[in-house]
Amino acid sequence: MLSVNKLSCQRGYNLLFENLSFELNSGEVLRISGQNGSGKTSLLKIIAGLNTPELGSIEFDQNQSNSETYQIETLYLGHYAALSSELSCIENLEYLTKLNTEILSPNFHDALKEIGLENYEHEPAGNLSAGQKRRIALSLLFISQSKLWLLDEPFTALDSDGIKIIENQIEKHCANGGLCILTTHQDCNIKSLKEISL
Amino acid sequence: MAFRNPSSFLNPLMFFVISISLFPIAISPNAETLMNIAPGIIWVITMLSVLLSLNSLFHSDYDNGVLEQIVISHHPLPLILLAKTTAHWILSGLPIILLSPLLGIALFLDSNSIYILMLTLCLATPCLSLIGSIGASLVVSIKNSGMLLSLLILPLYIPILIFATSAVSQSQFNLSINGQLYFLGSILIISLITAPFVSAVALRVSLE
Repeated sequence: MLSVNKLSCQRGYNLLFENLSFELNSGEVLRISGQNGSGKTSLLKIIAGLNTPELGSIEFDQNQSNSETYQIETLYLGHYAALSSELSCIENLEYLTKLNTEILSPNFHDALKEIGLENYEHEPAGNLSAGQKRRIALSLLFISQSKLWLLDEPFTALDSDGIKIIENQIEKHCANGGLCILTTHQDCNIKSLKEISL
Repeated sequence: MAFRNPSSFLNPLMFFVISISLFPIAISPNAETLMNIAPGIIWVITMLSVLLSLNSLFHSDYDNGVLEQIVISHHPLPLILLAKTTAHWILSGLPIILLSPLLGIALFLDSNSIYILMLTLCLATPCLSLIGSIGASLVVSIKNSGMLLSLLILPLYIPILIFATSAVSQSQFNLSINGQLYFLGSILIISLITAPFVSAVALRVSLE
């Protein structure tokens, strides 16, 4: 269970949110909504452990957000696809997997096949379109064993088929006891979606 | 990665070779004049070319979001940064060490001075990369930060410049250079121990 307790976040002179508390149980998906600049990305970055909040704390299965176990259990995919343009799709996935997880021999070919990029394994990421880059980053969802997924605008640049694949994967993850927090301005058809607004 | 985009490490190296080879044309082809100023020329250009390459240390990773993944990785951040800095040294410092005998000969340095020059470069170029990584982490989120990076880092490079050039100059007169080498060695050990940790803190602050 993820519990967020009395979180406050300030950027410059702007107080984005204060006393924000919520809990998320296994199998639940939470959508954070709000206007541009309301602090959705900041909240996700705080939960991911990238930023520190002004006040408040976060715990996931009794692990504090700065612990190693917390970081292994968390998968954060931000605004950018986190791909190096010089590396091929497979090499980028290998690098990101080594940084994020402790899986010894992940099957990258299957992950790329699931996301619809089976013929692009050795293509440098710099040659791909924005949607294809986003798909490569999201193919980590087919590899990762982290329980808590934090997805910042995951549907940006994706076509309707891509959105459907990701929605299905999120539902599958939650059916297996995982948790997911996402921000998106698009409609999404994920079952039993909880929502908070900033 | 750098070998797939060779300009990222070849440009500072070309700058190093071209600037040093211009000095004999601009100042004087006289062997004695060049021999006297050679240690200073080679060391100043080394520093500037390392400084030139520092911008590429974290910027592309910051722009494409990989740096965020590095910071939240469960691996120790100082260790990852030490690995990145070592890669930077292999691409910026090591080629300079390998090229220095050729450029030393071009500036009429004798074989003993070339040996001492290479020794000082071996001791001090890793310091340049390590200290530079702190500055690069601090300015990573600032666009066009080249000038700011120079202002931050150059004062920290001055002790290295003083000890390294005086070691090579004194070796030309067969004077003892143990003191300078000890200082360079201790700067290397201190920066090797502290720089990755300071750099990690600076990077976390920059990404806030």
